[in-house]
Amino acid sequence: MIKMKKIEKIYGTGTAKVEALRGIDLDIKKNEFFGLIGPSGSGKSTLMNIIGCLDVPTSGEYYFEEKDIKSFNHNQLAEIRNEKIGFVFQNFNLLPYATTFENVEIPMIFKGARAKERKARTMELLDAVGLAGRAHHKPSELSGGEMQRVAIARALANNPSLILADEPTGNLDTKSGDEILAIFENLWKQGHTLVVITHNPNISKRAQKVVKLKDGSIENNNR
Amino acid sequence: MKSFMFLSQFVRDMRAQKLRTFLTIFGIIWGTISIVLLLGFGVGLGRQLKKNLHGLGEGLVILWPGKTSIPYQGMGRGRQLHFREDDAFLLEREIQQIKYICPEYARWGVELKQQKNTYAAQVRGVYPVYRLMRNAIPSREGRFLNPVDIDKKRRVIFLGNKVKEELFKDDSAEGKYITLNGIPFQVVGVLKEKHQNSSYGGRDEYTTYIPATTFSTIFGHKYISNMIVQGHDPRQNKALQERILQVLGKKYRFHPEDREALWVWDLMESEKVFMAMGIGFNIFFSLVGAFTLIVGGIGVSNIMNVVVEERTREIGLKMALGAKKGFVLSQFLFETLMITLIGGAIGLAISYGIIAVFPAGEIEQYIGRPTLSLGVALVAVALLGLIGFISGFGPAKRAANLNPVEAIRS
Repeated sequence: MIKMKKIEKIYGTGTAKVEALRGIDLDIKKNEFFGLIGPSGSGKSTLMNIIGCLDVPTSGEYYFEEKDIKSFNHNQLAEIRNEKIGFVFQNFNLLPYATTFENVEIPMIFKGARAKERKARTMELLDAVGLAGRAHHKPSELSGGEMQRVAIARALANNPSLILADEPTGNLDTKSGDEILAIFENLWKQGHTLVVITHNPNISKRAQKVVKLKDGSIENNNR
Repeated sequence: MKSFMFLSQFVRDMRAQKLRTFLTIFGIIWGTISIVLLLGFGVGLGRQLKKNLHGLGEGLVILWPGKTSIPYQGMGRGRQLHFREDDAFLLEREIQQIKYICPEYARWGVELKQQKNTYAAQVRGVYPVYRLMRNAIPSREGRFLNPVDIDKKRRVIFLGNKVKEELFKDDSAEGKYITLNGIPFQVVGVLKEKHQNSSYGGRDEYTTYIPATTFSTIFGHKYISNMIVQGHDPRQNKALQERILQVLGKKYRFHPEDREALWVWDLMESEKVFMAMGIGFNIFFSLVGAFTLIVGGIGVSNIMNVVVEERTREIGLKMALGAKKGFVLSQFLFETLMITLIGGAIGLAISYGIIAVFPAGEIEQYIGRPTLSLGVALVAVALLGLIGFISGFGPAKRAANLNPVEAIRS
């Protein structure tokens, strides 16, 4: 599903040059639960952004579902992000002024789905994460665990093939973290591909494959 | 849905920035009022100038005899010329371009008396055609001089409206008698009030008119004061003047190019000057208004930059979730246009109100009545749209070009 060859990402030039990624080779298969670990500054987030088509590599090849991402323009990348990738962030990134329902609906609006479809799908997703009763609450009225569940529902809105999570339990207490983990496991069982950046040993334990990054290179393939 | 989303987003943004939004919209309102009022006053002023000019008559050429300045056919320079009534009839016969011509006798300081009221006025002896040429329209009950008055040398008089007020106050004058240097005259009509911004010898409202034939009999004038000529096509006034110089030059033996021999006032020339002034005023007013509006536009640009700044993270998030550049761009342009639209609509409404209640009165005959014409409104709307677009485009482009990774991290 994801193939990367000699991916490099360099920021700045001259003395200010930072090599964030130095020749990453990755192969993530469909329906894989993939963990990405490493200390801060190791290049995890940079790699994540490239996998998520939010950023493009300085050099190297990246194929997403066998499509060469390098040849894509801004709008095509936006379409891939919208339809193929679901993002889950450490700090949830919900729109503070929008309700739970509206937050989940956003990716479907960008896709151009009709109001009726959006409504049905949104309620289905909120039901799946156990928040159907909180559809009209604002993020400020939700707990951290609930906000992350809204974010997961939003990530699933357009039924993406890849779910990309950046420290999804980093801001949550253990109990809420476990709930989120359970949801992820469920998604994986349903056939989704998961790529998770994490420090949480519980997550990395359950991942099928864990890659550790250090100084922009892959240190070891744990499994 | 997108437009609904834009709208609710707009309301939220503006609510979050109440004072700034108010000041920005106020700037646009102010700019709109300035430009609409300035243009409206400009249009009104232009119309009034034209109307006032036509108080004197349309496209007239007025001729006075002068002194020769070029020796000609054995006659020296400095010879004073005098015109007679016949000269007008000569010109009428000789020159086909002439539509109307009227000789005018004039005498100043004639004592008019009505019972105990006296007034020293200017009396002019004219023909009935004068009415058409000089827009000497009688008020409802009366009439101007007619051909029978001329033929019978009747002692009838047509009064300027101010003269009538001096002699009769609020009473009606028509049909009543006044004396003119002791000779009784019947008032046949009173000038209907008119706007006039130029004159020769005095404003029409302070002048009185009697038949030219009566005038020469009573006062014994051999010479007329001046002639007024109206051509079929006022645009050909230059050529008409040339012909007049030729014909009169031949009769009075002065050089056909001797401009001093004949003093000419061509109203078309004055009209051109006034119209140029009117256009100049309009350009000036439009510029002032446009600059005010541009200042308003800078305010809009400023608030939109702040909005983009404050929503950078949200823009990044939306881009991560699949919003395309065009979506972000149009969202911010939409907000800018909404601000200008709201400000513009309020500004137009207020201007309309000001123009509607603009006090009519003395001042109106000089500056005219401001007009909110379709043209003025269209200019204002087009300018507003343009300014909205220009001031919004920068911030919107900046938002659309944000790097989602950096934006989301901000």
